[in-house]
Amino acid sequence: MKKFLSLLLVVALLLPCIALAEDMPVVKIGVFEPASGDSGAGGKQETLGMQYANQETPTVTIGDTEYKVELVYADNGSTPDKAPSAAQQLVSQQVSVVLGSYGSGVSIAGSQYFADANIPVIGVTCTNPQVTLGNDHYFRICFLDPFQGTVLANYAKSLGATTAYCLAELGNDYDVGLVNYFQQAFEALGGMVITDTFPTGNSDFTSYLNNAVNYGAEVFFCPVSIAYSTQIVEQAAAQGVTFPILGGDTLDSNVVVNAAKGKNIKVIITTFYQEGANTAFDEGFKAWLNSDSEAMTNNGGNDMISAVSAMGYDAYYTALEALKAAGTTDSAAIKAALPAVTLTGVSGLISFDENGDAIRTSAYVKTVNTETGDWEFVAEQSVD
Amino acid sequence: MWNTVFPYLLSGISVGGQYALIAIGYTMVYGILRLINFAHGDVFMVAGILMVYICASGIPLYASIPLVLAATAFIGFLIERVAYKPLRSAPRMSVMISAIGVSYTLQNLVLYVTGGLNQIYPTIPWISDSISILGATTKRVTVITPFLTLILVVALVLLINRTKIGMAMRAVSKDFETSQLMGIKINTVISTTFVIGSFLAGVGSMLYFTNYTTVIQTSGAMPGLKAFVAAVFGGIGSIPGAVIGAFIIGIMENIIKGLDVILFKSGILARPVGLATFSDAFTFALLIIILVVKPTGLFGEKTTDKV
Repeated sequence: MKKFLSLLLVVALLLPCIALAEDMPVVKIGVFEPASGDSGAGGKQETLGMQYANQETPTVTIGDTEYKVELVYADNGSTPDKAPSAAQQLVSQQVSVVLGSYGSGVSIAGSQYFADANIPVIGVTCTNPQVTLGNDHYFRICFLDPFQGTVLANYAKSLGATTAYCLAELGNDYDVGLVNYFQQAFEALGGMVITDTFPTGNSDFTSYLNNAVNYGAEVFFCPVSIAYSTQIVEQAAAQGVTFPILGGDTLDSNVVVNAAKGKNIKVIITTFYQEGANTAFDEGFKAWLNSDSEAMTNNGGNDMISAVSAMGYDAYYTALEALKAAGTTDSAAIKAALPAVTLTGVSGLISFDENGDAIRTSAYVKTVNTETGDWEFVAEQSVD
Repeated sequence: MWNTVFPYLLSGISVGGQYALIAIGYTMVYGILRLINFAHGDVFMVAGILMVYICASGIPLYASIPLVLAATAFIGFLIERVAYKPLRSAPRMSVMISAIGVSYTLQNLVLYVTGGLNQIYPTIPWISDSISILGATTKRVTVITPFLTLILVVALVLLINRTKIGMAMRAVSKDFETSQLMGIKINTVISTTFVIGSFLAGVGSMLYFTNYTTVIQTSGAMPGLKAFVAAVFGGIGSIPGAVIGAFIIGIMENIIKGLDVILFKSGILARPVGLATFSDAFTFALLIIILVVKPTGLFGEKTTDKV
C-alpha cells in the first residue's frame, strides 16, 4: 500500500513537467486581488475582467515566439496585513508582471515586495496617489483620488448642497484619502464638511446617519468598501433619510444596486466605465458570464457589468502590450517598456505620465434607478 | 435636545438587546464550565448564514425561522460534544485553545461556502418595516428587540430558578464535582447550556441581521467581542449582569458615536471634533477599567479559592 502511494505521489509530481513539456512556453501574469474580506466582491469582479480577456486572448507573441498567458492568483484578503504574503506568493511564482489591486491600501502594502523583485505592477482601480508616488515599478490605468474627489465635490455642489457629511473607514487609505480630497475641493467651493470615521468590522451605521441628519447635511459621502456601503444604503433607506448617498468608484457594483432596489434612496457615484460605452465588450462579457456559472456567482448573480471588470479587461491588454513592447518575459525589461505603452481600451485611451499614472480627464457619474435596479448614466464629468 | 439624543438611545437599546442575547451564551457557559467559549460569536454568524441559505432554497419564512433556530441550537450541541467534551479533564487552557480552533474553523467554513462574498440577509416582513417613533424613523425590529430580549431573559431566569434542570445547572455551576457525586448527569446539563446559549444567539442573529443586513464570515467577531465585554462588565457567570452590561455597552457606544453632534447642538463644542472614532476604543477601555477596579464585574460573585 505504502509503495503504491509513493508511486502515486511521484506520478503526481511528474505530471506538471509532462504537461509543460508538450505545451508552448508560458508567461505568467500575477493577479493581486482580494478574493475575500470587505472588498472581496469588488476584487472578484475586477478579476473577472482579466479572466474574460484571458480566454479571449489566451496567447501573446513576444519576440518571435508565441507564449501561453497564465494568470496566477493571490488573494490579498482586502487587508494590508495579508497583502505582503500574497505579494510574496506572486514573487516566488516568478510572474513577469502583476495586475492589481482593487483597493489602494493593499496595493501600498504589497508594493515594496514587487519593487524588491523588480516586477512591474499595473494598478487597475487603486486610486490613491500614494500607490505610484516615489517609485518606478507601480503604474496604474485609472484616474486618481484628487481628481475623483474634485469631481464629486463639484457634483455635490451642483446638487445645491452646502453641508456634506463624510464617512470613512478608520485606517483605510482609500477612504480616508478620498474623503480628504473631497473635503479640500468642497471647502474651496464654499461648502461645509463634517467627517467621521468608523472602526473596521462595524455594521451599525444608524448613529452615523443620525449624525448626518442632525448636522443638517445635504449629501452623505461614503466612499467605503462594498460590504459597508450595502449596509449604509440599506440603513439609510430604513431611516428614511432625505439626502443622497454619494460614493466613489468602490460603490460601482451590482451588490449596491441590489441593496438599493425597491427602496426610497438616491445613490450617486463616480466611476471608470459606463455599460453601453463599448457594445462589443458588453455583449461578449455578458455572454461569457452567462455561459460560466462560477463567473456568474463571482459577479454577484447577474450579468450587470461593473466598471472594475472593464478596467480589469483593459489592464490585461495593457500587460500584453507591455510584453510585446519588451520582447521578452523578463520583468525588468517589461518595467522599462511600460511607460511608453499606449492602448485604446474599452474604458478609453490609456497612456502613462512620468509618474506612472494614467492620463485621464473624465469620470462617469451614475445613479441607481431604484425601480428597475440598474445603473443610470447621469453625466460625464471632467475638471479643469 | 431630546430629539437629538433619542435616535441614538433607540439604536443603543436595540443593539444592546442583541448583544444581551449573545452575552447570555458566554456567561452561562462560563458559569458552568469556567470556559470562555470563543466560538460563540461565530455560532451567531453561522445562524445568519444558515438563514440566508435556507431562505434562498425556497423554504417559506414560517418554516425557515424555526429551522434556523433548531439548527443553531444543534450546532452549539455538536461543538460541545466534539470539541469540548473530550477535553473535560484537560487543563482549562486546552479547552480555550480548542474554542479558538472551533471559531476559526467556523469562519473558514463559511468563507469557503460563501467564497468571501457578503450575503444579503433575507427580509423578514413586518419587523423590517420602517416606522416612525417619537420623531425618529427606524425599523420595527429596533423597537421589538429590547422587549423580546427581556421576555426571553425572564423565561430563562424562571427556567433556572424553577425547574429541575435549572436547579441542576445551578448546582453544577457551584461545584462541578460534588454535583456529579450527587447523581446529576453532568453531560446533559452542559449540553442543555450550550443548546440554550446557541438558541438565544440564533434569535439574536435574526434581530441583528434584520437591522444590519450584510453577513460575511467575520460578522460574528465584533458583536461577539462586544457581548463578551458586556458579560465581563456585568460579572461573568451572572445572567442579569450580562443583560444589564449589554444594554449599558450598547447605549454608551451609540451615545459616543453621536456625542459630537449632541455637544455641538447644545453649544458646548464650537465645531465637531470627531469623537465618533473613539466608540470602540471606549468599549474596550471600559473593559480594562472594570477589570482593574472591580475584577468580578457589576454582579459577579466573589471568587474564593477552594482548598
